Amino acid sequence: MLEYAFMQRAFIAAAAVGVVCGVLGFFVVLRRLAFIGVGISHSALGGVALGLVLGISPLLTGGAFALVVALGIALAGQRSGLGRDTVIGVFFSGSMALGVVLASLEHGAQQELFGYLFGNVLAVTDAELALLLAGGALVVAALFALLRPQLFLAFDEEIARAYGQRAQLLDMALLALLAATIVIGVRLVGVLLIEALLVVPAATAALLARHYRAQLALSVTLALAAALGGLALAWRLDVAPGGMVALSSVVLFFVAFGVRGRRA
Amino acid sequence: MSAVVALENVSVKRGADVVLEQIGFAVEPGQFVGICGPNGAGKTTLLKAILGLVPIDAGTITVLGAPAGENARRGIGYVPQRHAFPESFPATALDVVLLGRLAGGFALRASKADRTAALEALARVGIAEHAQRPVGELSGGLQRRVTLAQAICASRSLLVLDEPTIGLDLPAEHEFYALLRTLQRELGLAVLAVSHDLVALAGQADQLVCINKRMHVHGRPDEVVHSHALKAAYACEFDFLAGELDHHGRHGPGH
Repeated sequence: MLEYAFMQRAFIAAAAVGVVCGVLGFFVVLRRLAFIGVGISHSALGGVALGLVLGISPLLTGGAFALVVALGIALAGQRSGLGRDTVIGVFFSGSMALGVVLASLEHGAQQELFGYLFGNVLAVTDAELALLLAGGALVVAALFALLRPQLFLAFDEEIARAYGQRAQLLDMALLALLAATIVIGVRLVGVLLIEALLVVPAATAALLARHYRAQLALSVTLALAAALGGLALAWRLDVAPGGMVALSSVVLFFVAFGVRGRRA
Repeated sequence: MSAVVALENVSVKRGADVVLEQIGFAVEPGQFVGICGPNGAGKTTLLKAILGLVPIDAGTITVLGAPAGENARRGIGYVPQRHAFPESFPATALDVVLLGRLAGGFALRASKADRTAALEALARVGIAEHAQRPVGELSGGLQRRVTLAQAICASRSLLVLDEPTIGLDLPAEHEFYALLRTLQRELGLAVLAVSHDLVALAGQADQLVCINKRMHVHGRPDEVVHSHALKAAYACEFDFLAGELDHHGRHGPGH
């Protein structure tokens, strides 16, 4: 299968997305942001549809939309007093609805939108791959810089603030990186399935390892295994790559769950 | 020598409600100051204002020579109210102590000097052997010592403690205060502790500040517990307390 250039690009993209999602997923699970991840990724759909209608890069508009929604959720969650989960519900349904309405305006957009919902890694272009690799490297570098401050916030926000950590800024930074990662991962698994790489490998790692450094390493390994293994399996079985990658990730979770259950 | 913490006419409001009004006192280097008062007196708000976590509406708070806030916070060791860490939290006791030395920085790994300081802090609070254990697996008493180690590792000038012995039984409480006194003496720390337990605090502190929104009395513990202002602050009689203190003397039984 690697004799085809599109498959080579797909595997490189899958590896990059696996690493970025594995690293970010560790933070998402550590900070208990799984639901906000769902909210932001689904919200990207509104931006993608906007791009399709306006004839500009749906990845760009999807990313910008995800970023605005991420920061909107953070600000509205802090200021409304309603709590983040409630605010996520508002943004999530609003942007999904916008996506559906916009896509219905443009004839033929629905078909293309499907690729962004569930991924279309075989169609990755050289330019997209370059963007994905550069963006991924930046996101991973930023996340490593935030590792210990984020660990401190996860430990106890008040203590972290008492020792000089800027909690709001750190929150915003993590949500912005989450939005960027969703754009990076959308080609492989799509906005609806990206949680399978954002949350599941890190959750599996948390089942198997006790220390944060081991969890981080394991989360990356599992996300990489799911991304590459899922893609190879999809080729072999001739099924949708995005779904297969997500399914592989979930299967690894249940295997780990079973292994831990037998150990306990 | 200038005061480690100085408050002048500090007032804090929450909406239209006055939480604290015209509070003023100082903590000198090496001094143990206890803040007491009934439930809802604003004790924790006062600590948070000193830490710069709660904005003040009037007056000034100076901590280690700087206005309370982000920069001043970095010189304070903070021990929060009773705190149960999540059992699955993926870090060791040593990792947690080291986080106190991040001080707003982004270091991916702690430096060798930080590790040495953190290990020394864990040894000083008597839990060196638990350094590599997951912090969530430690008992409540040991977890409290972890936050104390984090505090002395972060600051060698000032410790701020919020209800440090809540939930501890009497022997454990005395043991904790004895440890605190030893650390204070050996490291030359100023200590500012809030507690609802007036008897315990009066037995330990060099100075007591009694508040109930306003500051009612400030002075040596024996002066404070015999003062009429204390009765006004708590709106009840405290004859039993004076007797209790006279009976035990300072620093609790056995001292």
